[in-house]
Amino acid sequence: MAKFDLNDSSVVVIVGSGAGGGTLGNELAQKGVKVVILEAGPRIENQDFINDEWESFSQLAWTDARTTSGTWRVAKDFSGLPAWIVKAVGGSTVHWAGASLRFDEHEFRVKSAYGNIPGANLLDWPVTLAEMEPWYAKAENKMGVTRTNGIPGLPGNNNFKVLEAGAKKLGYKTVHTGNMAINSQPRDGRGSCQQIGFCFQGCKSGAKWSTLYTEIPKGEATGNLEVRPSSMAVKIEHDASGKVTGIVYADESGAMQRQKARIVAVAGNSIESPRLLLNSASTMFPDGLGNSSGQVGRNYMRHMTGSVYAVFEKSVHMYRGTTMAGIIRDEAANNPKRGFVGGYEMETLSIGLPFMAAFLNPGAWGRPFTSALDGYPRMAGMWLVGEDMPQETNRITLDPTVKDKFGQPVASVHFDDHPNDLAMRAHAYKQGAAVYDAVGATVTYPTPPYPSTHNLGTNRMSEKPRDGVVNKFGQSHDVKNLFVSDGSQFTSGAACNPTLTIVALAIRQADYIAGAMQKKEI
Amino acid sequence: MREVDRRSKHSRRVFLKGAATAVPVVAVATSVTVSIEDAWAEDASTLSPATMKTLLKVARDIYPHDVLGDSYYITAIKPWDGKAAKDPAVKSLISDGITRLDQNARDRHKVAYAEVPWEADRVVLLKEIEQSDFFQKVRGDLVVSLYNQKEVWPRFGYEGSSAEHGGYINRGFADIDWLPKA
Repeated sequence: MAKFDLNDSSVVVIVGSGAGGGTLGNELAQKGVKVVILEAGPRIENQDFINDEWESFSQLAWTDARTTSGTWRVAKDFSGLPAWIVKAVGGSTVHWAGASLRFDEHEFRVKSAYGNIPGANLLDWPVTLAEMEPWYAKAENKMGVTRTNGIPGLPGNNNFKVLEAGAKKLGYKTVHTGNMAINSQPRDGRGSCQQIGFCFQGCKSGAKWSTLYTEIPKGEATGNLEVRPSSMAVKIEHDASGKVTGIVYADESGAMQRQKARIVAVAGNSIESPRLLLNSASTMFPDGLGNSSGQVGRNYMRHMTGSVYAVFEKSVHMYRGTTMAGIIRDEAANNPKRGFVGGYEMETLSIGLPFMAAFLNPGAWGRPFTSALDGYPRMAGMWLVGEDMPQETNRITLDPTVKDKFGQPVASVHFDDHPNDLAMRAHAYKQGAAVYDAVGATVTYPTPPYPSTHNLGTNRMSEKPRDGVVNKFGQSHDVKNLFVSDGSQFTSGAACNPTLTIVALAIRQADYIAGAMQKKEI
Repeated sequence: MREVDRRSKHSRRVFLKGAATAVPVVAVATSVTVSIEDAWAEDASTLSPATMKTLLKVARDIYPHDVLGDSYYITAIKPWDGKAAKDPAVKSLISDGITRLDQNARDRHKVAYAEVPWEADRVVLLKEIEQSDFFQKVRGDLVVSLYNQKEVWPRFGYEGSSAEHGGYINRGFADIDWLPKA
């Protein structure tokens, strides 16, 4: 395995090892580019994952201090935990559910498609679906997405069968076990899904794609990739010309190190990535690195989300098997006649008893609450995930008082739902309940959003430098050798789960970076 | 469908732990039942037995599950005694909270909280202090300490860790048999 010198200024340094960073690292390494990945969390291999929700949360979740504000309910119920993401090698690909969907054509040009929505900071992406299609194809092949590349769909579990039966009764047409980056048959040296459940706790069998045991070891095998776990990026540095020169980080022991770099790519998820840029402010970049537009940290999106759980007369045991292998896509289209723009997906979801108690209706108690939990074995569940409106005022800023253990201001997350988000959620709750009512639900529970898993948009792509932070390749408008490689590049959120698009963008970005390096442009 | 065996595997042993070490269970069981049932509360070192017993009632009233015996709730609330021993602020949080609750109960019903006979009346008393730090802390702790007990899970038809059993691929992940034909 490669080991690069701190003074080696020829390396590309990537901050983060998840869907964006882990993929970019491997892709560059395969092309012969030397890469150092700094990962804030430890390296935990899949045999050490724990089938226990709270224990696993302690093992994997990002629980470093963050502050919250705004009218979203998460700020009240989980004020110190705006997001449920992972701090470990593999990043949030360790706990993601595996849903791998392409954006719809109109979702790359939302400003044109939706027009002027008051309060929304809509912008078309500087890239189209047609341009992205070949990269989506590469991503699907890399990840082994079911229902692509001749890979069969996963078998439906009990929770899916309830969803499917209800959906068909309602007349929904596009209902199946999803496009999942979970092996339905052995592929790429990994076995097929054993229906363990606990997809969110890290896949112990390795059937689910995660950079932890795909991209990262493949990159390391080239001799061009070094991953440094428990290494927290603190500040990106630049020279007098405004070019990035390296990065200061706290190593495993907490000691500060400076890794020189030819290029820095930031992929720390949409809360930490803008935080790092803001914490890298200097005399030359007083508002934060790469922030001449003032858009760093703004337009924070978290998807319109919510869940519906329903209780039936007889058992379901929704927790058995793949967590999210089930989808209804009929509401994903843009159909403003419903009273909102954009669309949403309905996806099967189950959580175990401990998390159900924590998330079903945070703060609730007494008989109405315990009656719901008594129905647990007879419960089916779905997650509602749809496009939310980017708003300039939904943003990541540096907390004025709270600092981390290295003395750096922590991220403060502000979020208010847009009226469009609220209208969509109301519609989705109604339709979700209708699906279950159609097959005899005795009661349904509209469940509020959990801490965010889809964090997007805080370093968005734009054609014009004044509208966003990076160009169509994720390259900073202000600093040529600074890139953003995670979901924070998203100009808009689309209805579907973001990981496939993050991976497709990372593959494409690697191609661009390697080309530019070869041409000595950067 | 493969149903989950919901019978309690959580024997009275845990519940009786405090008393059973000193006295043969059979001997006490017939004569001094009350003292056995209260033994867990007498174990408390910092919080008074009365406080512990009231806390148990409060826990039951916050998350009432009639299929669960007291033992699960005792397991859930017992750690407060240890936390109170380590931190005087916790001690007063719990003691003062219970004192206030008892006072409100006496004002309203002439008896301490734990003696108020109907759950509905006790819930009214809890509603009054719902925003207090005491209630918030106790409830916030209980939602984990009660529902995160592995012994509780089968009572709710939840099977817990599955990887060591080979997942559910051969154990009923798709065995639902009552849905209308699609």
